[in-house]
Amino acid sequence: MSEFFTVAILTATLTSGIRQAVPYLLAALGEAVSQRAGVLNLGVEGVMLIGAFSAYYATLETKSAAIGLLMGLLAGMFMGLIYAFITVVMHAEQGISGIGIYLFGLGFTDLLFQKQVGTPRPIQGLKTKPMNWLAEDTGRVGELLFSHTILTYVAFLLVPAVYWLVTRTTFGLNVRAVGENPHAADTLGVSVNGVRAAAIVFGNTMAGLAGAVLVLDIVQNFQQNLTAGRGFIAIALVYFGAWRPLRVMAGALLFGIVSSTVLTLQALDVISGSVTSIANMAPAVLTVIVLVVVSRRIGQPAALTKPFTRDA
Amino acid sequence: MQPPMLEMRNITKRFPGVVANEGVDLTVLPGQVHTLLGENGAGKSTLVKILYGLYQPDEGNISFDGSPINIDSPATAIGIGIGMIHQHFMLVDTLTVAENVALGLGKQLSLTNLKPIRQRIEEVSEEFGLRVNPDAYIWQMAVGERQRAEILKALYRNVRLLVLDEPTAVLTPPEVTDLFVTLKQLTADGRGLVFISHKLNEVMEISDEITVLRDGKVSGHTRPAECTRESLATLMVGRPVELTRTLEAQTPGTPKLEVHSLAVRGDRGKLAVEDVSLQVHAGEIVGIVGVSGNGQRELAEAIMGLREIESGEIAINSQQTSTPTPKQVRQMGLAYVPEERMKYGSIGDFTVAENLVLTDYNRPPYVRRGVLSLSAIEQRSKQLVDDYSIRTPNTQTLTRKLSGGNIQKVVLAREFSGDAEVLLVAQPTRGVDIGAAEYIHQQLLTQRKQGKAILLISEDLDEVMALSDRLVVMYEGAIMGQIPKQEATTEQIGLLMSGVS
Repeated sequence: MSEFFTVAILTATLTSGIRQAVPYLLAALGEAVSQRAGVLNLGVEGVMLIGAFSAYYATLETKSAAIGLLMGLLAGMFMGLIYAFITVVMHAEQGISGIGIYLFGLGFTDLLFQKQVGTPRPIQGLKTKPMNWLAEDTGRVGELLFSHTILTYVAFLLVPAVYWLVTRTTFGLNVRAVGENPHAADTLGVSVNGVRAAAIVFGNTMAGLAGAVLVLDIVQNFQQNLTAGRGFIAIALVYFGAWRPLRVMAGALLFGIVSSTVLTLQALDVISGSVTSIANMAPAVLTVIVLVVVSRRIGQPAALTKPFTRDA
Repeated sequence: MQPPMLEMRNITKRFPGVVANEGVDLTVLPGQVHTLLGENGAGKSTLVKILYGLYQPDEGNISFDGSPINIDSPATAIGIGIGMIHQHFMLVDTLTVAENVALGLGKQLSLTNLKPIRQRIEEVSEEFGLRVNPDAYIWQMAVGERQRAEILKALYRNVRLLVLDEPTAVLTPPEVTDLFVTLKQLTADGRGLVFISHKLNEVMEISDEITVLRDGKVSGHTRPAECTRESLATLMVGRPVELTRTLEAQTPGTPKLEVHSLAVRGDRGKLAVEDVSLQVHAGEIVGIVGVSGNGQRELAEAIMGLREIESGEIAINSQQTSTPTPKQVRQMGLAYVPEERMKYGSIGDFTVAENLVLTDYNRPPYVRRGVLSLSAIEQRSKQLVDDYSIRTPNTQTLTRKLSGGNIQKVVLAREFSGDAEVLLVAQPTRGVDIGAAEYIHQQLLTQRKQGKAILLISEDLDEVMALSDRLVVMYEGAIMGQIPKQEATTEQIGLLMSGVS
């Protein structure tokens, strides 16, 4: 155990934690915007899988991680259009539709993987490290802050961007309004369904991106159920973060660091055998604890999960 | 004579199973207050929703400023200068006043610049004496302020024809006076107003023209100078209605309901009822007045055992308790007509018969050895349907299919027909038509005559004034004053309701 508490290992664990946090962060930021508009998407996990597989397969075929990234993004966007059609146009019950999307994503990606790839083949991920030149002579701090790949920086820059989008733009004002009181927005000529559809597409695109980052930056491979619950944890993070980007980021970092700590402890053989399985449950257990602690749901959009019709 | 601003001709709107508007005409001149009067469900809201582009008419046409127009969405209505103050405010609670005003303005991806909006809000509020802080969040604001924010929202958009759907329902008398001043100012500027109300006194005061709707059709068109409250009521209901209530003199008996220094917390954990003490005697109606949200609901729920008592106690028929439960207070002799008849007073998907025995189904003769006696229930419910003239096809009809007034009669029949000596009655005629309200008031007076002790909670000041022996005014959870009926004036009560003592 004592080996864990060396500066080198702690730094490596934290650095890895930041990287592990990225898929949570992207998916949760997207889901937060969707929920601010009043739409719950329980299918984040499924969309992440579809984004992950699209990115993986495209990279495998074209040898270009950039094309892979783009395909992951587009797959998420496409799923967003489908989910918007189901929930906004058809007024389907959001909880159940989301579970359907998850099951579809899980089964469909596995099917395609078996059909098209068969056995896992590693791919070359996105290796660009834009800040690495700063990491070399800044020691541990440099390693912690500057050794990441470009997608990590993009993800963290999206935090203020999403904050700005929600609080400072007309679109953001519309999102907040249709999530709280869609009838009020409607009477002022705001297209409730249009704003909600846009928020859904944004959220799903982010989920697709999260899946792509998982493949291109972390795993560099694919397997059945690659996301292993990350999408569901991202939904929990939205509640944990009280629908605010900054707090969502704090939650994502917490989960990323817990994941990387478990990995480090396994690598150091501090935990092994059946204990590993229990340790792997850490994110799930943490999720439950977090949700119990923040059960008051202050800040929850009042119209969350409620389809909009004028006659209501 | 000026040319009309708005002409709605022959408007017909059908919903599945109902004709909400049938051949309705409405003409509004600039500078005029045109009142739409009618019962709930008469079609007033449907008509103005058509005007605002929320519904499309099946037949008929609309012209604005002399040219025909198809108002296909609220955006179109706003574009030509039509504004609407909805009965349930269309404000986003978690946004500020300025943000609410900004909503729907500007391009999707542009920045929201609130600075000019704030400035304009201040100008407009100055001009019309509408005091509102542009940076206040809606959830922090009192009802009267929220309404001013709503009006500002419309004025900001240069509204020329403003529709007000029951704007006074939530206001205190002084606030109504203020609102009317603002409305006069708006018409003086040449704006047209469509005013919806069912309060006859107000209608007589503010209107230039009155169109009465009944069952979706225009049942009369008149002016205040040419009608009386009684004639308006007759047009609304379709038969003569008694508007005055007479309280026969009688001496109250012993105290039946006593509340001692009661304190109760509200939903947000703050004290909603503070140090409230009152007594209701046999054969007496005590009316609690106050603007909605000043602790009346919490008081009723505490007495009924639905909300924990923080401190103090209650006594029913001289049996004291500080930890009441609904079952216990009912056994002590309390009956309860809750303010939301559909949510707490009845179960919409139960039959009329089932709702009528909801408080008795666990007692013989309605249940024997755990099995419901359907024949006893049927007999009882038929009797009550007759006694309380509940208009229902039969006792097996689902309760939610009845009109509001008849659902309320179901609740009243169940609660009043038992042997309870104390009646706790909240908002008995809210959303009920004048005809049914007349009946419900008569029932309350009958119960009084039979020596029941009645605590009446209502936001309808006229109702409380007409029925009560004594008035208790609540403001921010505390009692502002207890006034015998003979000494009460609307002005004085209105001031107490706004917290001025």
